[in-house]
Amino acid sequence: MSEIAVRMEHVSKRFRKGELHDSLRDLIPALTGRILGRSLDHDALRREFWALQDVSFEIRKGESFGIVGANGAGKSTMLKLISRIMKPTSGSVEIHGRLSALIEVSAGFHPDLTGRENIYLNGTILGMSRREIASRFDEIVEFSGLADFLDTPVKRYSSGMYARLGFSVAAHVNPDVLIVDEVLSVGDYVFQRKCVERMKEVIRSGATVLFVSHNLKTVTEFCQRCLLLERGRMLMTGSPTEVIQSYMNSTRVSHNEDHAKPVTISSVRARTVNGESVRFESGETVWIDVEVTAREFCQKLAVVLFVTDESYYDVFNTSTERLGCGSFNLDPGDTFICSFELRLNFANGTFHLNVAAYRYDTETEYDRWESGSSIYVGSANDVRGAVNCFPKVVKHEIVKANAPTPGLEEQTLVRGLSDIDAEEDS
Amino acid sequence: MLSDLQELYRYRELLAMIAIRDIKVRYKQSLMGFLWAVLMPLLIVSAGILVRYAYAIASHKPLDTQDILAVAMKSVPWAFLVASIRFSCQSLLINPNLVTKVYFPKEVFPMAAVLSQLFDLAIASSALMVLLVVFKVGLTFQLLWVGPLVAILIILAVGIGLLVSAGSLFFRDVKYLVEVFLTFAIFFTPVFYDVGMLGEKGRWLLLNPVSPILEAFSSISRGQAPHWGWIYYSIVFSFILVLGAYVLFKKVEPSFAESI
Repeated sequence: MSEIAVRMEHVSKRFRKGELHDSLRDLIPALTGRILGRSLDHDALRREFWALQDVSFEIRKGESFGIVGANGAGKSTMLKLISRIMKPTSGSVEIHGRLSALIEVSAGFHPDLTGRENIYLNGTILGMSRREIASRFDEIVEFSGLADFLDTPVKRYSSGMYARLGFSVAAHVNPDVLIVDEVLSVGDYVFQRKCVERMKEVIRSGATVLFVSHNLKTVTEFCQRCLLLERGRMLMTGSPTEVIQSYMNSTRVSHNEDHAKPVTISSVRARTVNGESVRFESGETVWIDVEVTAREFCQKLAVVLFVTDESYYDVFNTSTERLGCGSFNLDPGDTFICSFELRLNFANGTFHLNVAAYRYDTETEYDRWESGSSIYVGSANDVRGAVNCFPKVVKHEIVKANAPTPGLEEQTLVRGLSDIDAEEDS
Repeated sequence: MLSDLQELYRYRELLAMIAIRDIKVRYKQSLMGFLWAVLMPLLIVSAGILVRYAYAIASHKPLDTQDILAVAMKSVPWAFLVASIRFSCQSLLINPNLVTKVYFPKEVFPMAAVLSQLFDLAIASSALMVLLVVFKVGLTFQLLWVGPLVAILIILAVGIGLLVSAGSLFFRDVKYLVEVFLTFAIFFTPVFYDVGMLGEKGRWLLLNPVSPILEAFSSISRGQAPHWGWIYYSIVFSFILVLGAYVLFKKVEPSFAESI
């Protein structure tokens, strides 16, 4: 057995955008046309595009490896190539060992069959033998928490139950290589934590795990090494921190300078004392520099700063006017420059800095730059959630169950009664 | 090719599982339950009897039970073949999730479709056996030939199934072509009639690989041993077809996920 679990060499994948011929009725005239020497369908050839181009990497046995990239970067194509559902147009893909993918975990379910029947069906589809499923059956059922619904057809399941059962089966395949694709968002919070724990268990058991995500939190939590994809090309491989840094830079949304607008935001930059950066420590101070340029005369302007989390949920906002700077007027050609100073009391994760040029009294928004800059916040003591409350454990002890604490309840009760007596007396 | 077959062998449990799923789903959905398996052959047999009756009137010969028995014994395997082709034709298209999301050898779909039809065939044959016992006809040792003959039909059905399932995935109109073909195929196959009834020229019909098998069923129903000459042709034809279809199927399989 070699030490490599997955090897990709110069892999490229081409897709045709348009459907060429999907019925014989179209194909036969086209073929006869070609035989008679008519022109080829040049449009069809031009409509092809490369989902992946010249991607090479190796994943060692037992490594947890992340693939990061924006939507359309080629992550899903990569997964389909690794899981052998598709073949590359050129290059080679090598997989050593049994592979299981936590992608669309309930793909194998049949709605008319019961939960029990579907566990067997889906398990076999994912590559387990009947005997393996039988031996892990109880474990799977317990993990899913659906013991009471085993003999109900899954079409009566809620979508959450459906996904939970799917994940439970898939998580018990015990593969050599496990592919995980954004499935950790299945079910409620309790189930999600269970899934994360199970993932860690799989990693500890020595399996190779391949994460595909645009959730940077998950990637830093699980991965030792990452690959950054951008529009089908490999930008870099490296530690999660390095990769996230350049991912942040690459996803910076360019702002359209619309010449019809009287005011445009021309620049949004985040920096520390050491200069411009996209990666910060939780609790660190950051300066956000904003430049606003006017094309026409505008008055009573203010700059509003919104900080949103990964799912663009507003976690914090402020503005120059609310911070007591008052409003400003700009003549054509003038530029307004301001710097916000913030303490980044955020938990681990990606945050987007959105800026708007706003006039409060008329409630007009002149310009808005969504995620003018994105930053990644990391914290040493692994704080989860949205904000960092800088927690500390200031006291911890164990109260022994059999320690002598005589008549505690009685004492309080007596004291309570005597208080009432005292009140009545006065 | 050999490694493909090894892989298929490794996934044999999946093949069984999908066949069982298809059977379970079919019988869960239909109120009539197991009657369903008998209904199709029953319809074909009734149609056959009607045709034979009309023929008897036209030729001024009485219709004997022997003829009815022959029609019944040919209709059951014919119904199996037609249903196998029909179900395997859709087998990939009705499982788009499994085709695009999970890796395993996709030939299990048309194969499982044929296997699940085998279950219906077993029910229909049992029903037919009961009738043979009740009416005390056709019970000879020649019935043992049914096994090998059905085996050839299975190979033929898998071969056709592989072709039409892949074909219908790439070309949407293949399934309509298959339907039309199956509707009229009964006229080109000696289900309701015997090849002998067409005289010398009827031999051309034996080029249809199903014909010699059905002729053999006809012989069995009369208590005679089947004529092997043309059956060898059916065997060779079926094996070449299944091998060719398998190679072709494996060749186009990698582009299933992009085309479905």
